[in-house]
Amino acid sequence: MERGYRKRKTNRQIPEDEVITLENVTKSYSTGAPALNGVTLHIKRGEFVFIVGDSGSGKSTLIKLLLRELVPTDGEITVLGYNLKRIKHSKIPKFRRNLGIVFQDFRLLKDRNVYENVAFAQRIVQTPTREIKRNVPSILATVNLAGKYKNKINQLSGGEQQRVALARALVNKPAILLADEPTGNLDPNNSWEIMKLMETINENGTTVIVVTHNREIVNAMKKRVITMKKGVIIEDEEEGMYIDED
Amino acid sequence: MRINSFFYTIGQGFKNLGRNKWYTLASIATITACLFLFGLFYAIITNFQNVVKTAEEGVSVTVFFNEGTSEDEILAVKSDLEKRTEVREIQYVSADEAWEGFKEEYLGEYADGFTENPLADSANLQIYLNDVSMQPALVTYIESISSVREVNRSEVTATTLSGLNLLIAYVSAGIILVLLLVSVFLISNTVTMGISVRKDEINIMKYIGATDFFVRAPFVVEGILIGLIGSAIPLVIIYFVYTHVITYVVSRFTMLSSLLNFLPVETVFHNLIPISLLIGIGIGFFGSFITVRKHLHV
Ligand SMILES: Nc1ncnc2c1ncn2[C@@H]1O[C@H](COP(=O)(O)OP(=O)(O)OP(=O)(O)O)[C@@H](O)[C@H]1O
Ligand SMILES: [Mg+2]
Repeated sequence: MERGYRKRKTNRQIPEDEVITLENVTKSYSTGAPALNGVTLHIKRGEFVFIVGDSGSGKSTLIKLLLRELVPTDGEITVLGYNLKRIKHSKIPKFRRNLGIVFQDFRLLKDRNVYENVAFAQRIVQTPTREIKRNVPSILATVNLAGKYKNKINQLSGGEQQRVALARALVNKPAILLADEPTGNLDPNNSWEIMKLMETINENGTTVIVVTHNREIVNAMKKRVITMKKGVIIEDEEEGMYIDED
Repeated sequence: MRINSFFYTIGQGFKNLGRNKWYTLASIATITACLFLFGLFYAIITNFQNVVKTAEEGVSVTVFFNEGTSEDEILAVKSDLEKRTEVREIQYVSADEAWEGFKEEYLGEYADGFTENPLADSANLQIYLNDVSMQPALVTYIESISSVREVNRSEVTATTLSGLNLLIAYVSAGIILVLLLVSVFLISNTVTMGISVRKDEINIMKYIGATDFFVRAPFVVEGILIGLIGSAIPLVIIYFVYTHVITYVVSRFTMLSSLLNFLPVETVFHNLIPISLLIGIGIGFFGSFITVRKHLHV
């Protein structure tokens, strides 16, 4: 029998300002080829990173691994000092309170109004009501929704809904903002508004990771761009461009 | 847990009832229907058992003794029999008392012709049992006592009643089992119906970093409230139905009512209230607990 290869041991010391570390991460679903195949990636505190690539290249899988919705099949993931492969189930809530998460489909509570949707995030982390009443209006002002705090979610446009989702992700002051195609359902104007908001948030110190298919925005914003294809990173550039596959 | 989080959780539990109106109504209706059937059945069964029990209490075994057996000897047998667990009560009837009873019942004014007691040897023991099914064993024992002449018993009544008791036990068990299965089936259906709304909400809570306890608490409060309402409604309905049926039967069928002897509504409800509340709240609690658990592993 052939002698199997020896797994390379990574004894790399994680630098103090590195908030996301992936070493040789593989994620296989029960069927098909691995969605991620030996990905190594380092992201520092305060970075703004775009993740781009074809449909099915593993971008969403990567985001799900970062928020510990999925566990890697192989390799190590460390986020904010938490080893996500070994973290106990009971510690996951505490870990996630450091993250802000935004999805393409907003995922708001449709039966509650704008204020309640944002306050909801603070309730969950057991912020005193007094502070909630102070924080929520201020964060709604940041996303330009101060006037609509009483509106029901279905009375808002898509762009407004995504800004509510953004406010909810930010109200607990996360260290990292993860956004999976946040502008996927928005027109160009709204897309730009969301991206600009995220840039502002990043300038205030939050690490921002955005998965997107929006070529124009990626090329204009001159941020770090990670390009994925078939589960591997094929490009990782500061001030990168959206690479055309043809 | 902070005090304002505690009240928030309770408040959310109440609000959830209104947020998912159809789910709430369907769950309450399901629990109400099941507990209504259960309560109705319970009321009927306890009344039936009461009738049987009253009948049982009247069943007795009469023991007659050999000629010349002294009163002391009979009383010795009495105290010996009283030690047996199936014996509830023994009455000693002396020969004179027996004759007095006979006279009153059958002879009336014609009894004056007798100068001495014609029933001289009819002193007897009247034995009442705790449990009629034990009658044959007791009779066998009594017949083995040497001074005993004859044992009179109502065999038919005893076997009928103990058979009836067994039948009630089986039928109760059967109906309760069916009701339980139906409830579980209906409730699991209603729970599944409510899942899609909750799934999103639970997901969002988990993404934000809610602990399992915090995710679960409002749903469990909601479940308990549904169970509480779902058990209170049938109790109220059964209360009215029961009292009305009794008044109706008692006023219309005087004959029947003396025979049936309904239990007062308080007696039936003494057990029915805690049992119904326990089942209702239990179903509500576990229903929501289990449903949420399925979605906690996000
Ligand atoms: N739950 C799952 N079970 C099985 N396979 C899955 C699952 N989720 C994703 N995959 C597969 O994993 C691969 C990567 O999927 P992923 O969602 O990460 O792609 P993506 O880059 O986000 O694509 P898109 O740009 O379309 O959102 C795809 O081949 C997909 O079919
Ligand atoms: Mg995706």
